[in-house]
Amino acid sequence: MEVQKFYYDNKIVRNFIYATIVWGVVGMTVGLMVAFMFMFPNYTEGISWLSFGRLRPLHTNAVIFAFVGNAIFAGVYYSTQRLLKARMFSDLLSKINFWGWQLIIVAAAISLPLGYTTSKEYAELEWPIDIAIALVWVVFGANLIGTLIKRRQRHIYVAIWFYLATFVTVAVLHIVNSMELPVSFMKSYSAYAGVQDALVQWWYGHNAVAFFLTTPFLGLMYYFVPKAANRPVYSYRLSIVHFWSLIFIYIWAGPHHLLYTALPDWAQNLGVAFSIMLIAPSWGGMINGLLTLRGAWDKVRTDPVLKFMVVAITGYGMATFEGPMLALKNVNAIAHYTDWIVAHVHVGALAWNGFLTFGMIYWLIPRLFKTKLWSISLANLHFWIGTLGIILYTLPLYVAGFVQASMWKQFNPDGTLVYGNFLETVNQIMPMYWMRAIGGSMFIIGMLILVYNVIMTIKSGSSVTDELAEAPELEKVTKKQTKSEGYHTWLERRPVKFTLYATIAILIGGAVQIIPSLIVDDYIPQISSVKPYTPLELEGRDLYIREGCVGCHSQMIRPFRSEVERYGEYSKAGEYVYDHPFLWGSKRTGPDLHRIGGKYSDNWHFNHFYDPQTTSDGSIMPSYKWFIRDKHDRSNIVGKMEAMVTLGVPYTEEDIANAEASMDEQAAQIEQNLYSDPDFANAYEADKAAAAENGEEFVEMRDREVVSIIAYLQRLGTDIKVKTEE
Amino acid sequence: MLRFIKGNLENIDGVAIYPIISLLIFFIFFVGLFFWVITMKKSHIEEVSNIPLENDQNNQSL
Repeated sequence: MEVQKFYYDNKIVRNFIYATIVWGVVGMTVGLMVAFMFMFPNYTEGISWLSFGRLRPLHTNAVIFAFVGNAIFAGVYYSTQRLLKARMFSDLLSKINFWGWQLIIVAAAISLPLGYTTSKEYAELEWPIDIAIALVWVVFGANLIGTLIKRRQRHIYVAIWFYLATFVTVAVLHIVNSMELPVSFMKSYSAYAGVQDALVQWWYGHNAVAFFLTTPFLGLMYYFVPKAANRPVYSYRLSIVHFWSLIFIYIWAGPHHLLYTALPDWAQNLGVAFSIMLIAPSWGGMINGLLTLRGAWDKVRTDPVLKFMVVAITGYGMATFEGPMLALKNVNAIAHYTDWIVAHVHVGALAWNGFLTFGMIYWLIPRLFKTKLWSISLANLHFWIGTLGIILYTLPLYVAGFVQASMWKQFNPDGTLVYGNFLETVNQIMPMYWMRAIGGSMFIIGMLILVYNVIMTIKSGSSVTDELAEAPELEKVTKKQTKSEGYHTWLERRPVKFTLYATIAILIGGAVQIIPSLIVDDYIPQISSVKPYTPLELEGRDLYIREGCVGCHSQMIRPFRSEVERYGEYSKAGEYVYDHPFLWGSKRTGPDLHRIGGKYSDNWHFNHFYDPQTTSDGSIMPSYKWFIRDKHDRSNIVGKMEAMVTLGVPYTEEDIANAEASMDEQAAQIEQNLYSDPDFANAYEADKAAAAENGEEFVEMRDREVVSIIAYLQRLGTDIKVKTEE
Repeated sequence: MLRFIKGNLENIDGVAIYPIISLLIFFIFFVGLFFWVITMKKSHIEEVSNIPLENDQNNQSL
């Protein structure tokens, strides 16, 4: 057979590595900014685009899709070419993949701080960006499958299966969860409402962790760990079992994010059962990774690359043991909504994703630049400071989560809550937030050490953009050769069939959970007193979405005595039927808001937005002064209501025709309510007079944003309190 | 408030068949997987698991 010469494309790998490093620094820095807001809630006071609610999704998106995303592409583009003995299918597609992805990240970095968000976690980006993501993702998949077709290696190594499963599943998840109806450029409403939206979102959210943060990295593990240790994977059989059982089971586990919520019990229990099962494939994979180092443990002592990889795989093992434990209903009852979950995801993000990426970078950069790593001792320093950073980040948050949950649930003998004031439970864990910020700082310092080491390494080497390789062309497979081959050997040669089977495996779970919720009429028991939001409340709800309030406040009271005592009647599925999107939230940095309606006066909310610390001493909520200052653009209310009608919200034509008048009336009423506070009346009248004197334009209070958000908050959870004739 | 709570899937005709189908899918899937893996040839496994280590010719030998 003729031996062919060809070149590996190293330039694309190098570019993705640069992007990984740059966005890693950005994403982690935003995370650190956010971490310090727990201690200094108002250090960006008055700057709306630097407020916690808007920066938090920026942090998560930057770390997941920019840092980890680019690392995935770098590793996939490097290993795929070598595993298949072929250059990537098309240089053009590689370039579109790279620049398209960076453009999407830039669009996210601009739009999220400006408040353009769908509010669905890890899917916050608005519809034009969603479309761009889908296109770039397809380009990536086409490039990957194209390379498979022109490969010079008969059998497809296990890492490639993980990449294929990643491509297929992320495409399915992204498309299904991003079903939304645009109402204008950069504003849309989720096609699903309430419980359905929650189910689809957490099917997506959980599997984004599974198929964006886990399966591609497992592929990288199966390539780079054997490379770095210079020995084959411990058990190839185990890797097959690992792959198929992982993708088959993972996809079902999403509902464990919604335990004790208004999601039907059968779906909750299904999620729990599959989450427990997940221990098996996850630990199978972890053991396979660690045992690959059998007989090479002495190298771990000296080689920083292997050090990073060992801690990464250990972190994977810890997070995947903890995950199923958190999915047990009794554990979840404690951990959900607390910082325990934040600690859990950071074991995954910092150790598994972060450290595997660092190990990969330290291994790749010298090879891409034909040199040695500039400083082994700096890499070792990075390793130790990073490891200590992870410990110092996560341990205090475990304590914080447990302490706060215990305080939330503690009763006096007379049946009242010991810590009736939510803020007491927040103040108790402030030292933990401090330690978390210090741990996070250490992790970033480690990252900066990597940047320096990488720059110095590059300076000492010379770039190899196209690396020469040779391999024989693939022979045609004859009948004789395949006569005695096993089934998997046969399947491994057929990437398209393989992809198809993997797709079926992941579709089964999604279909069983989601389809009933969409087709069974009776799925959500109706509550006749629950009515759509008024136009002003709808606009207020959009402000709530814009500011990312959902990042700190849940709207889902679980049926526990402690929660009913603290917040009010527990939440029912039927109360959310008009919520496009749902806003249940997943973290309570502040109290639940589902029954906030009518609990405080309009003036209380006004003062609270202006300066939260005056109404709630020791509060760590930032002030929202722009609510009180800015005129509220409500010009698209008709378009928004019509979109809601399309999605099934029963606004009548009359409702829509009267939208403007209804808004004016409700806003005027709130303005009038605000006048009941003499301080407000005096200050407001003085402002008005001053504006008139200076000839400045004056925005009436009823036209400002604060009025809409108050209208929305005062409506929340009140519908079931309406007395009906039933 | 209990009037808001009711079984969501009880009203579907023949819903009892679904758990049985689910069990069968799972049982067959994992038995098949197990069979598939233990019948794989040792020589093939050796060959495939060494793929990542194959192209150490050029500047891979650091």
